Amino acid sequence: MAHVEQLVGSYRAWASNGASGAPDWLKDLREGGIARFHDLGFPNMKQEAWRFTSVAPIAEGSFELAKPPARVPTLDEIRPFLLLEAGLRLVFVDGFFQRSLSTPLFDDVQSLAHVVAHRPDLLRQHLGKYVVTQDRPFSALNTAFVSDGAFVHVPAKAAIPEPIQLLFLASGNTPAVTHPRNLIVVERETRASIVETYAALGDHGYWTNAVTEIVAGEGARLDYHRVQRESDRAYHVATTQSHQGRDSTLNLHFVAFGGKLARHDISSVMAGPGGTLVLNGLYLLAGQQHADHHTTIDHAADHCESHEYFNGVLDGKSRGVFTGRIIVRPGAQKTDSKQTNNNLLLSSDAHADSQPQLEIYADDVKCTHGSTVGPLDPRALFYLRSRGVGEDEARRLLTYGFAIEILGRMEVAPLRAQLDAIVRGRLAEQ
Amino acid sequence: MAKKKAVLEVKGLRVAVAGNEILKGVDLAISDGEVHAIMGPNGSGKSTLAQVLAGHPAYTVLAGTATYEGKDLLVLKPEERARAGVFLAFQYPVEIRGITNSYFLRSALNALRRERGEAELDPIDFLQFLEQKLKAIGWDDSMMNRPVNEGFSGGEKKRNEILQLAVLEPRLAILDETDSGLDIDALKTVAETVNKLRAPNRSFLIVTHYQRLLNYITPDVVHVLADGRIVRSGGPELAHELEAKGYDWLRDAAMVS
Repeated sequence: MAHVEQLVGSYRAWASNGASGAPDWLKDLREGGIARFHDLGFPNMKQEAWRFTSVAPIAEGSFELAKPPARVPTLDEIRPFLLLEAGLRLVFVDGFFQRSLSTPLFDDVQSLAHVVAHRPDLLRQHLGKYVVTQDRPFSALNTAFVSDGAFVHVPAKAAIPEPIQLLFLASGNTPAVTHPRNLIVVERETRASIVETYAALGDHGYWTNAVTEIVAGEGARLDYHRVQRESDRAYHVATTQSHQGRDSTLNLHFVAFGGKLARHDISSVMAGPGGTLVLNGLYLLAGQQHADHHTTIDHAADHCESHEYFNGVLDGKSRGVFTGRIIVRPGAQKTDSKQTNNNLLLSSDAHADSQPQLEIYADDVKCTHGSTVGPLDPRALFYLRSRGVGEDEARRLLTYGFAIEILGRMEVAPLRAQLDAIVRGRLAEQ
Repeated sequence: MAKKKAVLEVKGLRVAVAGNEILKGVDLAISDGEVHAIMGPNGSGKSTLAQVLAGHPAYTVLAGTATYEGKDLLVLKPEERARAGVFLAFQYPVEIRGITNSYFLRSALNALRRERGEAELDPIDFLQFLEQKLKAIGWDDSMMNRPVNEGFSGGEKKRNEILQLAVLEPRLAILDETDSGLDIDALKTVAETVNKLRAPNRSFLIVTHYQRLLNYITPDVVHVLADGRIVRSGGPELAHELEAKGYDWLRDAAMVS
């Protein structure tokens, strides 16, 4: 527990020094966060939600709060991570907003720190109002250290045609921790698309502890994509919390390629009737990588539909964990919920755990779930070979199909192309 | 008239799966351009014969030979057989998640073209090539952007096999119960397509449980397989005889022999 005390100590030092200029409401939010984290401490494997994932390397490690980068990378250095020339872009390095690498912005799409100073009322209305910290120590810790991240606000009836890219890069060589905090508010009858990427400029170890809150108003549609391509030595802990209103559509896409240890809690509340939610995820792991996706869909209103698809491709000694919890509240009648989790094991040392958890308290609902864990289907392999495709290529093609099934649901073509190239590259290494 | 060249010659073929001998000595010779039908009751070994010729790894050849275009077929890998012109239309076509029908077909066609030393087709050329093939089976290209066989009905899966046959233009096409599970309209479409594909340099081995398909595709030779052996061979009239009499008498005949 020494490390809990160390983190609390580093919070105290930070709060009384660099962060002392914050408005009172924000200070209160942070204080609540650190108090909660102090109470909870790090999770352990005796807790149901952490049964398959040990965070000991984080809890026992030593991570300083990241400092501004000694040298800001050039645009050329970050180009491999950029999506397209058009569209708004916010770039953060080691958690600090980089105006020189970002596109010109306007009030509604800004760094969080800027919004704290300039539009606190809008922020205060939403920040920390959705993410759960009661039993989530990492979210609590992130809340304690809220200082910067991306802020996206789409005013009612507005549409932003080009995807907005939020890019978080790790540059440092010290084992530092960042706590990016993002808030995405799409008001009623809006249309927007966001790509949030976490990546490293080197292959060093560090810890990212990110939280993104997403709020969608009535009839809004948001396509949100989160790409995690941290370094192979990084620890990545994240929470994505969405809250959607009546008749809104959220398409939330998640891709996890990187990290030595990655844990992602995705929690979605369908608060108004007639909502549609898609959770579409891919984890592609090799070596000693461990990735744990813990998803919760809370059907709190009637006539909502949710579609959840997660595919895992596991090579080497990697391990993939998927938990798909679906809650259908009393009164959430006519809920239509579908969940699948398919895991492809490319090596006999790879391992996958898949656990659906359905909690249904309404009687007029349709809920289906299915999960598979196994190697490539020998029937499919023979089918391809019988058409003249060589064995190695057939294996690659089937594996690629497993990944592309998920990527194919993303509508942002340049992102799809970028991810497609990464997947092909990874398969070529095998 | 000069004697036609044998495309496939099977001699004394004995095959086991999971330790059970299924084929107990099959002899068969198919010449250029011929259509042979293999009929027989369930469990007689019809599908085993089809699969072993395509190189399914689950089957063990115990004895005998299969010679294709004068070469030993049985030493070839499944993909090598395909590239040499052997095609199997599956009884149970497999779903390939994520890979679209057109991508799959193009990958397969290009594997064959590479083997023949021909240039690979890019997506645009391929779509042009595909258009006419699609017309033949009464499809538009909407089926091409769906993952292979995923969510296809039974009939659509079988049509998809025939589409692959039309695209890959094999020298020896083996149809493994392509007719089972088809309604009469789908059956006619499949038969018409097969008839259009009949050519002097293309032979067919049609495995079927029912005589029905042979009303539309007239075979040159009909073989009856029972208990792992070909117990009778004859002309198209043999199929009608089987339809009238059923398979029971054959089983008795096989036991006696």
